Amino acid sequence: MHLAYPAVLSALLFCTGLYGVLARRNAILVLMSVELMLNAVNLNLVAFDVWLSRTAEETLHSGQALTLFTIAIAAAEIGIGLAIVLAVHRNRGTADIDKLRDTSERHDPDDPDHDARTAGQSDEAQKAEATA
Amino acid sequence: MTLAISAALLATGPAPGAAAGTHGFLSPTGVEIAFLLVGLVTFGAALVTVTTRQLVHAALWLVVTLGGLAVEYLLLTAEFIAWVQVLIYVGSVVVLLLFGLMLTRAPIGRSPDADSGNRWAALTVAVAAAAALVWVVVDAFRTTWIDLDGPAAGSTEATGASLFQNWVLPFEALSVLLLAALVGAIVLSRKAKADSSSPPMNAQALTESSHAVTESSGSSEQEGAR
Repeated sequence: MHLAYPAVLSALLFCTGLYGVLARRNAILVLMSVELMLNAVNLNLVAFDVWLSRTAEETLHSGQALTLFTIAIAAAEIGIGLAIVLAVHRNRGTADIDKLRDTSERHDPDDPDHDARTAGQSDEAQKAEATA
Repeated sequence: MTLAISAALLATGPAPGAAAGTHGFLSPTGVEIAFLLVGLVTFGAALVTVTTRQLVHAALWLVVTLGGLAVEYLLLTAEFIAWVQVLIYVGSVVVLLLFGLMLTRAPIGRSPDADSGNRWAALTVAVAAAAALVWVVVDAFRTTWIDLDGPAAGSTEATGASLFQNWVLPFEALSVLLLAALVGAIVLSRKAKADSSSPPMNAQALTESSHAVTESSGSSEQEGAR
Protein backbone atom coordinates (compact mmCIF):
# COMPACT_ATOMS: atom_id res chain seq x y z
CA MET A 1 0.00 0.00 0.00
CA HIS A 2 1.19 3.47 -0.76
CA LEU A 3 2.18 5.33 2.39
CA ALA A 4 0.56 8.52 1.12
CA TYR A 5 -2.95 7.11 1.58
CA PRO A 6 -2.91 6.90 5.39
CA ALA A 7 -0.73 9.99 5.67
CA VAL A 8 -3.09 12.11 3.58
CA LEU A 9 -6.16 10.77 5.38
CA SER A 10 -4.51 11.53 8.70
CA ALA A 11 -3.64 15.08 7.63
CA LEU A 12 -7.21 15.70 6.44
CA LEU A 13 -8.71 14.34 9.66
CA PHE A 14 -6.34 16.47 11.72
CA CYS A 15 -7.36 19.60 9.87
CA THR A 16 -11.03 18.70 10.26
CA GLY A 17 -10.48 18.48 14.00
CA LEU A 18 -8.58 21.77 13.90
CA TYR A 19 -11.54 23.45 12.23
CA GLY A 20 -13.88 21.96 14.84
CA VAL A 21 -11.75 23.17 17.75
CA LEU A 22 -11.58 26.69 16.33
CA ALA A 23 -15.16 27.03 15.09
CA ARG A 24 -17.30 25.20 17.61
CA ARG A 25 -18.94 26.98 20.50
CA ASN A 26 -20.18 24.16 22.70
CA ALA A 27 -17.41 22.76 24.90
CA ILE A 28 -18.41 19.15 24.29
CA LEU A 29 -18.22 19.63 20.53
CA VAL A 30 -14.73 21.03 21.05
CA LEU A 31 -13.86 17.86 22.95
CA MET A 32 -15.17 15.78 20.03
CA SER A 33 -12.90 17.71 17.67
CA VAL A 34 -9.95 17.09 19.96
CA GLU A 35 -10.75 13.37 19.72
CA LEU A 36 -10.66 13.67 15.94
CA MET A 37 -7.21 15.24 16.07
CA LEU A 38 -5.92 12.53 18.42
CA ASN A 39 -7.27 9.84 16.11
CA ALA A 40 -5.51 11.39 13.15
CA VAL A 41 -2.24 11.18 15.06
CA ASN A 42 -3.00 7.55 15.93
CA LEU A 43 -3.53 6.65 12.28
CA ASN A 44 -0.21 8.25 11.41
CA LEU A 45 1.56 6.33 14.17
CA VAL A 46 0.09 2.99 13.09
CA ALA A 47 0.87 3.54 9.41
CA PHE A 48 4.47 4.52 10.05
CA ASP A 49 4.92 1.66 12.47
CA VAL A 50 3.73 -0.85 9.90
CA TRP A 51 6.01 0.73 7.31
CA LEU A 52 9.10 0.90 9.52
CA SER A 53 8.67 -2.58 10.97
CA ARG A 54 9.40 -3.96 7.47
CA THR A 55 11.72 -1.51 5.80
CA ALA A 56 13.85 -0.51 8.77
CA GLU A 57 13.29 -3.79 10.65
CA GLU A 58 12.27 -1.87 13.71
CA THR A 59 11.28 -4.48 16.27
CA LEU A 60 10.30 -2.24 19.17
CA HIS A 61 6.86 -1.51 17.65
CA SER A 62 7.16 1.94 19.13
CA GLY A 63 4.40 3.33 16.94
CA GLN A 64 1.81 0.84 18.12
CA ALA A 65 2.89 1.14 21.75
CA LEU A 66 2.61 4.90 21.49
CA THR A 67 -0.80 4.51 19.86
CA LEU A 68 -2.02 2.48 22.82
CA PHE A 69 -0.65 5.10 25.21
CA THR A 70 -2.34 7.84 23.21
CA ILE A 71 -5.67 6.03 23.33
CA ALA A 72 -5.40 5.64 27.11
CA ILE A 73 -4.39 9.27 27.58
CA ALA A 74 -7.28 10.35 25.34
CA ALA A 75 -9.68 8.37 27.52
CA ALA A 76 -8.28 10.08 30.63
CA GLU A 77 -8.47 13.44 28.89
CA ILE A 78 -12.10 12.99 27.90
CA GLY A 79 -12.99 12.05 31.48
CA ILE A 80 -11.27 15.07 32.99
CA GLY A 81 -12.56 17.36 30.25
CA LEU A 82 -16.16 16.28 30.73
CA ALA A 83 -15.82 16.68 34.50
CA ILE A 84 -14.57 20.24 33.97
CA VAL A 85 -17.37 20.99 31.52
CA LEU A 86 -19.95 19.64 33.96
CA ALA A 87 -18.47 21.69 36.81
CA VAL A 88 -18.58 24.84 34.67
CA HIS A 89 -22.14 24.07 33.60
CA ARG A 90 -23.19 23.50 37.19
CA ASN A 91 -21.69 26.76 38.40
CA ARG A 92 -22.54 29.00 35.48
CA GLY A 93 -25.44 27.32 33.70
CA THR A 94 -23.78 27.19 30.31
CA ALA A 95 -21.29 25.10 28.37
CA ASP A 96 -20.67 27.87 25.87
CA ILE A 97 -16.97 28.62 25.73
CA ASP A 98 -17.56 32.00 24.13
CA LYS A 99 -19.16 33.16 27.35
CA LEU A 100 -16.30 32.15 29.65
CA ARG A 101 -14.50 35.44 29.44
CA ASP A 102 -13.43 36.03 33.02
CA THR A 103 -9.72 36.11 32.35
CA SER A 104 -9.92 38.20 29.20
CA GLU A 105 -8.52 41.70 29.04
CA ARG A 106 -11.80 43.47 28.36
CA HIS A 107 -13.76 43.99 31.56
CA ASP A 108 -17.52 43.59 31.40
CA PRO A 109 -19.06 46.53 33.24
CA ASP A 110 -22.60 45.16 33.50
CA ASP A 111 -22.06 42.34 36.00
CA PRO A 112 -19.04 42.88 38.22
CA ASP A 113 -20.19 40.46 40.91
CA HIS A 114 -20.56 37.68 38.35
CA ASP A 115 -16.91 37.97 37.49
CA ALA A 116 -15.73 37.92 41.06
CA ARG A 117 -17.92 34.96 41.93
CA THR A 118 -16.79 32.62 39.19
CA ALA A 119 -13.21 33.70 38.66
CA GLY A 120 -11.92 30.90 40.82
CA GLN A 121 -13.91 28.32 38.91
CA SER A 122 -12.69 29.39 35.49
CA ASP A 123 -9.14 29.70 36.76
CA GLU A 124 -9.34 26.15 37.95
CA ALA A 125 -10.81 25.00 34.66
CA GLN A 126 -8.09 26.63 32.62
CA LYS A 127 -5.37 25.31 34.89
CA ALA A 128 -6.74 21.79 34.67
CA GLU A 129 -7.12 22.06 30.90
CA ALA A 130 -3.52 23.15 30.60
CA THR A 131 -2.35 20.16 32.55
CA ALA A 132 -4.65 17.73 30.79
CA MET B 1 13.06 -1.67 -0.75
CA THR B 2 13.07 -3.09 -4.24
CA LEU B 3 9.40 -2.32 -4.46
CA ALA B 4 10.07 1.26 -3.53
CA ILE B 5 12.82 1.56 -6.13
CA SER B 6 10.64 0.10 -8.84
CA ALA B 7 7.88 2.47 -7.81
CA ALA B 8 10.32 5.35 -8.08
CA LEU B 9 11.25 4.19 -11.57
CA LEU B 10 7.65 3.85 -12.59
CA ALA B 11 6.70 7.23 -11.22
CA THR B 12 7.78 9.21 -14.25
CA GLY B 13 6.02 12.42 -13.40
CA PRO B 14 5.45 13.85 -9.94
CA ALA B 15 1.75 13.97 -9.27
CA PRO B 16 1.06 15.87 -6.06
CA GLY B 17 -2.38 15.11 -4.78
CA ALA B 18 -2.68 12.07 -6.98
CA ALA B 19 -2.46 9.66 -4.10
CA ALA B 20 -5.39 11.26 -2.35
CA GLY B 21 -8.01 10.83 -5.01
CA THR B 22 -7.02 9.38 -8.37
CA HIS B 23 -4.24 6.84 -8.34
CA GLY B 24 -1.88 8.15 -10.92
CA PHE B 25 1.24 6.17 -11.38
CA LEU B 26 0.52 2.57 -10.41
CA SER B 27 -2.60 0.52 -10.60
CA PRO B 28 -4.02 0.39 -7.08
CA THR B 29 -4.29 -2.84 -5.25
CA GLY B 30 -7.48 -4.05 -3.64
CA VAL B 31 -6.30 -2.96 -0.21
CA GLU B 32 -5.68 0.52 -1.51
CA ILE B 33 -9.14 0.75 -3.04
CA ALA B 34 -10.73 -0.45 0.18
CA PHE B 35 -8.60 2.01 2.17
CA LEU B 36 -9.63 4.83 -0.13
CA LEU B 37 -13.34 4.05 0.10
CA VAL B 38 -13.35 3.67 3.87
CA GLY B 39 -11.20 6.77 4.11
CA LEU B 40 -13.73 8.77 2.12
CA VAL B 41 -16.52 7.61 4.43
CA THR B 42 -14.39 8.44 7.47
CA PHE B 43 -13.48 11.89 6.22
CA GLY B 44 -17.07 12.66 5.26
CA ALA B 45 -18.32 11.59 8.67
CA ALA B 46 -15.64 13.75 10.31
CA LEU B 47 -16.76 16.73 8.24
CA VAL B 48 -20.39 16.17 9.26
CA THR B 49 -19.24 15.84 12.88
CA VAL B 50 -17.67 19.27 12.93
CA THR B 51 -20.33 21.02 10.85
CA THR B 52 -23.70 19.66 11.91
CA ARG B 53 -25.92 21.82 14.05
CA GLN B 54 -27.54 18.96 15.94
CA LEU B 55 -25.34 18.11 18.87
CA VAL B 56 -26.45 14.51 19.33
CA HIS B 57 -25.99 13.86 15.61
CA ALA B 58 -22.42 15.11 15.92
CA ALA B 59 -21.74 12.43 18.53
CA LEU B 60 -23.35 9.76 16.35
CA TRP B 61 -21.35 10.77 13.30
CA LEU B 62 -18.27 10.61 15.50
CA VAL B 63 -19.10 6.91 15.95
CA VAL B 64 -18.97 6.47 12.17
CA THR B 65 -15.63 8.27 12.02
CA LEU B 66 -14.05 6.21 14.78
CA GLY B 67 -15.43 2.96 13.37
CA GLY B 68 -14.05 3.83 9.96
CA LEU B 69 -10.67 4.45 11.55
CA ALA B 70 -10.87 1.01 13.17
CA VAL B 71 -11.42 -0.50 9.71
CA GLU B 72 -8.39 1.44 8.47
CA TYR B 73 -6.32 -0.06 11.27
CA LEU B 74 -7.49 -3.52 10.23
CA LEU B 75 -6.47 -2.78 6.64
CA LEU B 76 -3.05 -1.74 7.94
CA THR B 77 -2.81 -5.17 9.70
CA ALA B 78 -2.91 -3.57 13.15
CA GLU B 79 -5.68 -5.74 14.53
CA PHE B 80 -5.06 -5.18 18.23
CA ILE B 81 -5.16 -1.40 17.83
CA ALA B 82 -8.38 -1.78 15.83
CA TRP B 83 -10.17 -3.69 18.57
CA VAL B 84 -8.85 -1.36 21.24
CA GLN B 85 -10.19 1.51 19.14
CA VAL B 86 -13.62 -0.11 18.93
CA LEU B 87 -13.69 -0.89 22.64
CA ILE B 88 -12.42 2.38 24.04
CA TYR B 89 -13.51 5.02 21.55
CA VAL B 90 -16.77 3.67 20.17
CA GLY B 91 -17.63 1.88 23.40
CA SER B 92 -16.78 4.38 26.09
CA VAL B 93 -15.66 7.77 24.83
CA VAL B 94 -18.74 8.36 22.67
CA VAL B 95 -20.99 7.17 25.48
CA LEU B 96 -19.23 9.61 27.82
CA LEU B 97 -19.74 12.40 25.30
CA LEU B 98 -23.44 11.56 25.00
CA PHE B 99 -23.74 11.59 28.79
CA GLY B 100 -22.03 14.97 28.81
CA LEU B 101 -24.43 16.31 26.20
CA MET B 102 -27.41 15.15 28.22
CA LEU B 103 -26.07 16.45 31.53
CA THR B 104 -25.38 19.89 30.11
CA ARG B 105 -28.96 19.98 28.77
CA ALA B 106 -27.97 20.21 25.14
CA PRO B 107 -30.90 20.92 22.85
CA ILE B 108 -32.18 17.89 21.00
CA GLY B 109 -33.13 19.65 17.77
CA ARG B 110 -30.93 21.89 15.75
CA SER B 111 -29.28 24.61 17.76
CA PRO B 112 -28.54 27.85 15.90
CA ASP B 113 -25.49 28.82 17.95
CA ALA B 114 -23.44 25.66 17.59
CA ASP B 115 -20.83 27.47 15.55
CA SER B 116 -18.91 30.42 16.84
CA GLY B 117 -18.56 33.73 15.07
CA ASN B 118 -15.02 33.12 13.92
CA ARG B 119 -16.07 30.30 11.63
CA TRP B 120 -14.53 31.76 8.50
CA ALA B 121 -11.21 32.41 10.18
CA ALA B 122 -11.25 28.81 11.42
CA LEU B 123 -12.09 27.57 7.93
CA THR B 124 -9.21 29.57 6.47
CA VAL B 125 -6.77 28.21 9.02
CA ALA B 126 -7.95 24.64 8.55
CA VAL B 127 -7.86 24.74 4.74
CA ALA B 128 -4.41 26.33 4.75
CA ALA B 129 -3.12 23.73 7.20
CA ALA B 130 -4.69 20.90 5.19
CA ALA B 131 -3.19 22.15 1.93
CA ALA B 132 0.26 22.54 3.45
CA LEU B 133 0.18 19.18 5.21
CA VAL B 134 -1.14 17.23 2.22
CA TRP B 135 1.36 18.85 -0.11
CA VAL B 136 4.31 18.15 2.18
CA VAL B 137 3.22 14.58 2.94
CA VAL B 138 2.56 13.63 -0.67
CA ASP B 139 5.78 15.22 -1.79
CA ALA B 140 7.80 13.49 0.90
CA PHE B 141 6.35 9.97 0.64
CA ARG B 142 5.66 9.82 -3.07
CA THR B 143 7.83 6.75 -3.58
CA THR B 144 7.24 5.01 -0.27
CA TRP B 145 5.33 1.79 -0.07
CA ILE B 146 4.09 -0.23 2.88
CA ASP B 147 4.73 -3.94 2.59
CA LEU B 148 1.58 -5.54 3.90
CA ASP B 149 2.39 -9.12 2.95
CA GLY B 150 3.68 -11.77 5.29
CA PRO B 151 2.86 -11.97 9.00
CA ALA B 152 0.85 -9.07 10.35
CA ALA B 153 2.97 -6.32 11.84
CA GLY B 154 0.35 -5.42 14.41
CA SER B 155 -0.99 -8.76 15.50
CA THR B 156 -1.88 -9.18 19.14
CA GLU B 157 1.16 -11.39 19.71
CA ALA B 158 3.63 -8.88 18.29
CA THR B 159 2.01 -5.96 20.05
CA GLY B 160 1.85 -7.73 23.38
CA ALA B 161 5.41 -8.96 23.18
CA SER B 162 6.82 -5.55 22.38
CA LEU B 163 4.57 -3.86 24.93
CA PHE B 164 5.61 -6.10 27.79
CA GLN B 165 9.24 -6.49 26.81
CA ASN B 166 10.21 -2.97 25.86
CA TRP B 167 7.47 -0.70 27.13
CA VAL B 168 6.69 -2.04 30.58
CA LEU B 169 7.68 1.05 32.53
CA PRO B 170 5.60 3.50 30.44
CA PHE B 171 2.74 1.00 30.62
CA GLU B 172 2.79 0.99 34.42
CA ALA B 173 3.16 4.76 34.55
CA LEU B 174 0.11 4.96 32.31
CA SER B 175 -1.94 2.92 34.76
CA VAL B 176 -1.01 5.37 37.51
CA LEU B 177 -2.06 8.22 35.22
CA LEU B 178 -5.41 6.56 34.59
CA LEU B 179 -5.96 6.21 38.33
CA ALA B 180 -5.06 9.86 38.86
CA ALA B 181 -7.45 10.89 36.09
CA LEU B 182 -10.22 8.80 37.65
CA VAL B 183 -9.72 10.39 41.07
CA GLY B 184 -9.49 13.82 39.50
CA ALA B 185 -12.72 13.36 37.57
CA ILE B 186 -14.52 12.26 40.73
CA VAL B 187 -13.17 15.23 42.68
CA LEU B 188 -14.10 17.67 39.94
CA SER B 189 -17.61 16.40 39.36
CA ARG B 190 -18.56 15.84 42.98
CA LYS B 191 -21.18 18.15 44.42
CA ALA B 192 -19.90 19.94 47.52
CA LYS B 193 -23.12 19.97 49.51
CA ALA B 194 -21.62 19.35 52.94
CA ASP B 195 -19.35 22.36 52.64
CA SER B 196 -22.14 24.91 52.38
CA SER B 197 -24.16 23.45 55.25
CA SER B 198 -21.32 23.35 57.75
CA PRO B 199 -18.59 26.01 57.45
CA PRO B 200 -15.90 24.07 59.37
CA MET B 201 -15.90 21.55 56.55
CA ASN B 202 -14.07 24.14 54.48
CA ALA B 203 -11.11 23.99 56.79
CA GLN B 204 -11.05 20.26 56.40
CA ALA B 205 -11.31 20.52 52.65
CA LEU B 206 -8.27 22.78 52.62
CA THR B 207 -6.05 19.83 53.21
CA GLU B 208 -7.40 17.73 50.37
CA SER B 209 -6.31 19.33 47.14
CA SER B 210 -6.27 22.62 45.35
CA HIS B 211 -9.05 21.54 43.01
CA ALA B 212 -11.38 20.73 45.85
CA VAL B 213 -10.57 23.97 47.62
CA THR B 214 -11.37 26.23 44.70
CA GLU B 215 -14.47 24.29 43.78
CA SER B 216 -15.92 24.18 47.25
CA SER B 217 -15.15 27.82 47.96
CA GLY B 218 -16.61 28.87 44.63
CA SER B 219 -19.79 26.91 45.08
CA SER B 220 -20.27 28.05 48.67
CA GLU B 221 -19.77 31.64 47.61
CA GLN B 222 -22.27 31.13 44.88
CA GLU B 223 -24.84 29.69 47.21
CA GLY B 224 -24.20 32.50 49.66
CA ALA B 225 -24.89 35.02 46.93
CA ARG B 226 -28.25 33.48 46.13
